[in-house]
Amino acid sequence: MPETPLLAVRALEAFYGDFQALYGVDIEVGRGRIVAVIGANGAGKSTLLNTLVGLNSAPRETICFDGEAIGGLAPHDIVKRGLALVPEGRRLFASLSVEENLVIGGQMGRRGEWTLARIYELFAILKERRQQPSMSLSGGQQQMVAIGRALMSNPTLLLCDELSLGLAPIVVKEIYGYLRAVVAGGVSAVIVEQDIGQALKIADHVYCMLEGRVALSGPAASLTREAIAAAYFGV
Amino acid sequence: MGDFANAVVQGVMVGGLYAMFAIGLALIFGVMKLVNIAHGDLIVLAAYIGLVATQTFALNPLVALIVVIPIMALVGYALQRGLFNRTMGADLMPPLLVSFGLSVIMQNGFLALFSADNKRLHAGALEVASIKLTDAISIGVLPLMQLVLAILVIAALQALLYRTAIGRAFRAVSDDPRVAQLMGLDNKHVFGLAMALSLAIVGLAGVLLAIRANFDPATGPTRLIFGFEAVIIGGLSSFWGTLAGGVILGVVQSVASTIDPGLQVLAGHVAFLIVLALRPHGLFGRPT
Repeated sequence: MPETPLLAVRALEAFYGDFQALYGVDIEVGRGRIVAVIGANGAGKSTLLNTLVGLNSAPRETICFDGEAIGGLAPHDIVKRGLALVPEGRRLFASLSVEENLVIGGQMGRRGEWTLARIYELFAILKERRQQPSMSLSGGQQQMVAIGRALMSNPTLLLCDELSLGLAPIVVKEIYGYLRAVVAGGVSAVIVEQDIGQALKIADHVYCMLEGRVALSGPAASLTREAIAAAYFGV
Repeated sequence: MGDFANAVVQGVMVGGLYAMFAIGLALIFGVMKLVNIAHGDLIVLAAYIGLVATQTFALNPLVALIVVIPIMALVGYALQRGLFNRTMGADLMPPLLVSFGLSVIMQNGFLALFSADNKRLHAGALEVASIKLTDAISIGVLPLMQLVLAILVIAALQALLYRTAIGRAFRAVSDDPRVAQLMGLDNKHVFGLAMALSLAIVGLAGVLLAIRANFDPATGPTRLIFGFEAVIIGGLSSFWGTLAGGVILGVVQSVASTIDPGLQVLAGHVAFLIVLALRPHGLFGRPT
């Protein structure tokens, strides 16, 4: 009998009022796996992640995490089970210092590898800046805080929404270097990315979304540029 | 000159009380963008609870605070979870309108339960005790206590906001309620705690008000206005600004009343309007 996946999404639909954003999306993430979700603007990638953490409603049985149906639970309930989101645009708490942003990420008290000391070990620059207001940091450093904040809850599944957004290419490379170090520790991850090159390099498995549906999926190594381009643009 | 100095000193004392009315309002607006029109009536509720407690158990009003403050905190939590949380959303209007309705209901409830008669809490010798500074200026012990308590409440609130986990949660929810949930925070519970804290302060302010002056079922709205004015004059950035706003309002009213007692309330409103016209974000606030 095959191992049950860490995350199984089945026929997920999502709506904003009358507008349907997801049409029957199926996605699986195996334990210890890195899954990339790519697609153009408006393909439903962020909606998918937001629905996974409970920010959008969903029928209970459409999302199974760690063998448990969690669709539509309250976000604060879901994150306690070991999902953490690095939101699009970082969304740090502006009135909290760097360190407070990290500490609040860990306040659920899930034990594990990630502590304040470990975060500062990984992102040494944050230790120097720990007393500063979070919004006084550069974009790349803010992204480090956002990743650190998510890690502080010691998630089993880390969801990253557009880590590269608004960052210079060299900074994107640096951030993905850190991410590689993080996932090497064994955490599973879903990486939503518009930067396809980065996504393909880090992921085991890729889903390409188009207008609320999965247009293409497969092991990262097996997908050709042409197939991805076709699924990406729907041509 | 002596009269003027005395008026300023008395105004500063009253300002402490106004600041206490205002802090609860500012806290609630800061954490959840709720404009609570019933805040003044909740002050009066605290006064009536104080009245019942002092009469039932023959307590000194200051001792009755031990009962009034926890009751008000519970009322706050229940009110938030049972009523206001159902109205919260992107739109500021529904909770504001509901709090307006609550204000009307509370005033009529007071009228039915306690009649329209003036009531007051009696604190014995404390009411008239005073410290003589000069021939022209003496400070009442009770007003001085109000000012000191206001300062202590604000210092405690600042410490709570910036040094504790619950304060961090208040600030996080205020910054970004959506993402705050991803930190394991149940916003409904956090809002409940903020309202409980706000009304605990109201409990203190209400009892102090009732020792100082008569109150009746319709007293709330005027207290609400002084609270609002103190918040706006001080600006929303810090609670020390709110204290300054309360003190400025108190001093203006007190000085104006030495010129003509009829000017007292009007002068306060005029000072408020001047600040609002010249510095809409308040004297100590930052423009947003």
